[in-house]
Amino acid sequence: MTPLAASMPTLSMENLQVTYALAGGFSAAVRDVSLTVSSRECLGIVGESGCGKTQVFTAAMGLLSGNARASGSVRFDGREILGLAPHALNRIRGSELTMIFQDPMSALTPHLRIGVQLAEVLVTHRGFTWRDAMRAARFILERVRVPEAHRRLRQYPHELSGGMRQRVMIGMSLLCEPKLLIADEPTSALDVTVQAQIMDLLRAVRLEAAMAMVLISHDLGVVAGLADRIIVMYAGRVVEAAAAGELLRHAHHPYTDLLIKCVPNLRAARLERMPCLPGQAPGAAMQERGCAFAPRCPRATEQCRSERPLLRSVQRSAQVACHHPLSP
Amino acid sequence: MNVGLWREPGRRLRANTGAVVALCILVILVAMALVGPWFSPNNMEALDWSHVAAWPGMAHAHWFGTDRLGRDLFVRTLDGARVSLAVGLVASVASLSVGVCYGAVAGYLGGRTDQLMMRILEILSGLPLIFFVIFLTVILGRSEMLLYVSIGAVGWLTMARIVRGRTLSIRQQEFIEAAIASGASTARIIIRHVVPNVLGPVIVYATLTVPQIILFESFLSFLGLGIQEPRASLGTLIAQGAGEMEAAPWILLVPGGFLALLLLSLNILGDGLRDALDVKEGG
Repeated sequence: MTPLAASMPTLSMENLQVTYALAGGFSAAVRDVSLTVSSRECLGIVGESGCGKTQVFTAAMGLLSGNARASGSVRFDGREILGLAPHALNRIRGSELTMIFQDPMSALTPHLRIGVQLAEVLVTHRGFTWRDAMRAARFILERVRVPEAHRRLRQYPHELSGGMRQRVMIGMSLLCEPKLLIADEPTSALDVTVQAQIMDLLRAVRLEAAMAMVLISHDLGVVAGLADRIIVMYAGRVVEAAAAGELLRHAHHPYTDLLIKCVPNLRAARLERMPCLPGQAPGAAMQERGCAFAPRCPRATEQCRSERPLLRSVQRSAQVACHHPLSP
Repeated sequence: MNVGLWREPGRRLRANTGAVVALCILVILVAMALVGPWFSPNNMEALDWSHVAAWPGMAHAHWFGTDRLGRDLFVRTLDGARVSLAVGLVASVASLSVGVCYGAVAGYLGGRTDQLMMRILEILSGLPLIFFVIFLTVILGRSEMLLYVSIGAVGWLTMARIVRGRTLSIRQQEFIEAAIASGASTARIIIRHVVPNVLGPVIVYATLTVPQIILFESFLSFLGLGIQEPRASLGTLIAQGAGEMEAAPWILLVPGGFLALLLLSLNILGDGLRDALDVKEGG
């Protein structure tokens, strides 16, 4: 590997905008997002529902629906992939760039056997014969710790539990040894004990496969256990970006601070009333004036309501978009 | 290929007595139409002047009686049924394949393509069918081929609509997004992930299309636009029988009864399949 390639981020986005054409005009789901994912890094993306965190990566994968427009730049492995034609994109997605979805119950095609769905990926992307692909499929199921892998290959998705199906999805995303795995709320549809198992599995496969990972979740607790760096999004913008440990120890943005306080803590001296964020996250159709978080922010001033804060560095590795960040 | 997925619907179908009986009757009728004429000493064009308009019975070789020209009704009915079944089957398969392709493509691609394809479909379905068939007959002359073409030309329209509707809902499902994310091409997604998932309603509709088409063929033949003498279909036989209704009712009742039994069993089977595959649940 040349030094240049080594320093090149696996994924970099610049000024990504995603807008939807709606009956009443346009609405912006993602506003001016820039971020990078280095090789072997795990980046966590956190934010409430509707903050645009999924849209950012849906745009990168070319999965936006017909009435959405994406602009800006998304470079994967040095190549611009935003606006790439589907056939060109098909060479990358599913092999080098893979994604696992929130609901494993519906992400597998119901009428195809598990083995066929797994093998098909290798047949399409790597030109494997079906025989070899089936053997590789069995091997990958063992790697994602699916018991009785041989029998599972012949089963249909509805014969597997939710956790098993998510394991199959993870296995499918690993088949072609991707450079980047995007996990969009991988555990949100699963119950808590299974969540923990899936997170353990993701942690393990990430180390084994030496790949970069993006972990999208509304749950800071889920992301905290795995991510090296965390980006917090609000109303389609990045409001804070910092190394995971630093962000959790000391949040700069009042929104991040409130998010952290919302994570239930079993070790607290006594059970207190769960704090919660007042108000609702703004919709994408909202007109921007000032800081989007100002209406819910305990620290908001007149400046916040009139002038939009820009993302700026506050410490070595932390960036925040706030006029009145919490100081250490 | 997907034996496991059909096991449960198969069990539900077997539990439905009406559908099982209908299936048995259908099998017997089809078997009769296919091999029945060989068991009779008569052939369909021979005129038996010693038995003109003979009553049905076992006293002579004409078990179902004969018509005004002394032709054997058993052979003619079964041969007519064979023609009717062939028309029904060919036209259904044609409408099924065209309809599924058209509907799946329109539904999956969506947007303007979908709009355009659906408008074309609406124009076609707006044509009055009888007028269309008469028109074709005038231009191309009467032939059996014409029958297939004209029925096939309209048979796929409803199928395309059904498939498009199902495709629209399947397209929204996450497994399609997952398939796109895994780098599958559009053609591959339609063939591999969409079409197999619409097969349930398609099978049900196809079973209900066959009797419709048979009935329509009979109707056209009744009007004299379909099958020509000396060939017979159930429709032409019924048309002949209708003229003799008072003097020799069996000439009408034999092919008419056969047609009624055929349509009834196909419809009951279709209903049974619909319940067994439970279209709402959809794969």
